[in-house]
Amino acid sequence: MITEEQVLERIRRARERRPRVREERITLAHGAGGKATQSLVEAVFVDAFRNPALEGLGDGAVLGVDGARLAFTTDSYVVSPLFFPGGDIGDLAVNGTVNDLAVCGARPLYLSAGFILEEGFPVADLERIVASMAAAATRAGVHIVTGDTKVVGRGKADGCYVSTAGVGVLERPLTLDATAVRPGDAVLVSGPIGEHGVTVMLARGELEIEADLTSDTAPLNDLVAALLDAVPAVRVLRDATRGGVATVLNEIAQSARTAIVVDEAAVPIRPMVAGACELLGIDPLYVACEGRFVAVVDGAHADAALTALRTRSLGEHAAVIGHVQDDPPGLVLARTAFGGTRVVDTLVGDPLPRIC
Amino acid sequence: MRFVDEYRDADRARVLAAGIAALCEPGRHYKFMEVCGGHTHAIYKHGLEDYLPEAVQLVHGPGCPVCVIPMGRVDDAIAIARNPDVILTSFGDMLRVPGGHGSFLDAKAAGADIRMVYSPLDALKLARRNPDRRVVFMAIGFETTAPSTAMTVLRAAAEGVQNFSVFCNHVTIIPAIKAILDSPDLRLDGFIGPGHVSTVIGCRPYGFIPRDHGRPLVCAGFEPLDVLQAVHMLLRQLAEGRAEVENQYTRVVPWNGNHRALEAINRVMELRPYFEWRGLGFISHSALRMRDAYAAFDAERIFQVPGVRVADPKACQCGEVLKGVLKPWECKVFGVACTPETPIGTCMVSAEGACAAYYNFGRFTRQRTRKASRA
Repeated sequence: MITEEQVLERIRRARERRPRVREERITLAHGAGGKATQSLVEAVFVDAFRNPALEGLGDGAVLGVDGARLAFTTDSYVVSPLFFPGGDIGDLAVNGTVNDLAVCGARPLYLSAGFILEEGFPVADLERIVASMAAAATRAGVHIVTGDTKVVGRGKADGCYVSTAGVGVLERPLTLDATAVRPGDAVLVSGPIGEHGVTVMLARGELEIEADLTSDTAPLNDLVAALLDAVPAVRVLRDATRGGVATVLNEIAQSARTAIVVDEAAVPIRPMVAGACELLGIDPLYVACEGRFVAVVDGAHADAALTALRTRSLGEHAAVIGHVQDDPPGLVLARTAFGGTRVVDTLVGDPLPRIC
Repeated sequence: MRFVDEYRDADRARVLAAGIAALCEPGRHYKFMEVCGGHTHAIYKHGLEDYLPEAVQLVHGPGCPVCVIPMGRVDDAIAIARNPDVILTSFGDMLRVPGGHGSFLDAKAAGADIRMVYSPLDALKLARRNPDRRVVFMAIGFETTAPSTAMTVLRAAAEGVQNFSVFCNHVTIIPAIKAILDSPDLRLDGFIGPGHVSTVIGCRPYGFIPRDHGRPLVCAGFEPLDVLQAVHMLLRQLAEGRAEVENQYTRVVPWNGNHRALEAINRVMELRPYFEWRGLGFISHSALRMRDAYAAFDAERIFQVPGVRVADPKACQCGEVLKGVLKPWECKVFGVACTPETPIGTCMVSAEGACAAYYNFGRFTRQRTRKASRA
């Protein structure tokens, strides 16, 4: 008879196995941000492109160029519907790339914009999208300096896809890296979670649930700068987009080989988001945000970090949601509001496709 | 959140936990099966086992509808979906269930038009919107979901929709519980009855469990306090030497069930002579098929269904897990070849499946988790 300890060891080894793509074709799960995406990225892309800047698999690559430190990132947007309460594919595409740079610790500078348009797409819609990109760029203090347009035949794309890349400069002498995370560190989120994912899902109108919710899409560069000015001991920042806070925490716990314990009751979440998730049977910890980040800071500076975040309107509901401890390494646990404990694993399949 | 937080109150949980501990006879061990996958999920999601003493063990039963679908039926559904004019619709958690040759998700990637719906009515809507396509609904589930399938068929018939049909895989809970009770290697002290199934069938059909098998059953809701209270009620029955059917979920479950729902099922569907259950094998009169009067909505009569039979993989011990004979982690392939990313058995696929729930949420022993969260 096998003991439970042996089983835990088995699971630990299974989790650490080199990822493989077993499927013969791409399925929707490969784009969902969970384990299938992870295996695709690691087994196909990283394997082929392998280099030190890529292998960190952060939100962007940090590169030394002639003494300057640059952050470089790219992202594509296929959200459906294109327009949703609180935003559209345009500001999402700008904010998403700005945020990827910001959480590298960089000041975002320049963006590119690529458009894949379907034959028949209304020009008025495109103008609306582009106008909101321009407004988002102004708000974030970046310039869109280069771009590309392709048109494909009717039925070969779904209206409009946008792809952006961005460059920023790291002006502070700090290195944000999940491997720097230590037991005793505090885990923060910059605001209420899950609003973007739930808003977009309800905006599709398939669920016949109505809620007065708007997407949280926003540029995070000012908020990140405020945090980094106030607290030098920030270990790592991550943008909690696809896969939500839970996925980000799992990535951090695995890189740092520490455990992260989340206090569920401390996680800020609007009642309407909580209610919609409850009805749909979705855990809000896995729902995407487009204007929230997760920060791990030295535990001694948690209060200072919180104060710094809360002085900004985007961070007024920031909260300490958990802490880092040594055991069990690589796992995220949640202390439930009910008073029990559970494992918060990386998602296998995503119930919410095409939300960004 | 109103109407939810009340049932997740940690203070009340502590009171119930103390009551549970007090009811346990020193030196005695109790094994209760929660029949329904929804309970399994709630137990892990809220970390409910942290409130139970060592002497009380919960065993996960066969009530996850996705988990009991045999691989052959998945292959049959994919064969239907391969017809170029067919849109196959299914609940989301069926999409990743492996058949003999891949899952719905794989079939979709290979070109089949398979779509996720939240209700059979959505499938009917799809049929109305696509008059040149044939829309098939992959119907799964116990008496909980069978009424909505039946009502949808009745509506389709009333509206004269001709391009909608149902691939019926509905199963019934009582024969499965009987099969478990008849299993010679079983040691259970009582059952936590399935809450949602019971809203339809009521509490009476469980009467044979105390009568013929001397075991108590308590129908329970799906919030953590519901489950704790059900454990408390089971222990009290045992302490008082009773074995009865009791209803903890009185706010939802009527003792006599829901007549209109039962009537709808009965109008549209009838019992099959037998049906194959994943892991449990063939059980007679354990599943529903469409009645002759509704043959026009029966995908099994409209399409060439190959009737594939795929033996469960040898290494897979889903059957033992479903019967509660093995704990998930005692299965030979658990966590090695069978993981949520690469499920061999269906128990590993659905979030309600005993193995997936254990793998995702419960893989730490109570002591170890307690230690970890206190550290």
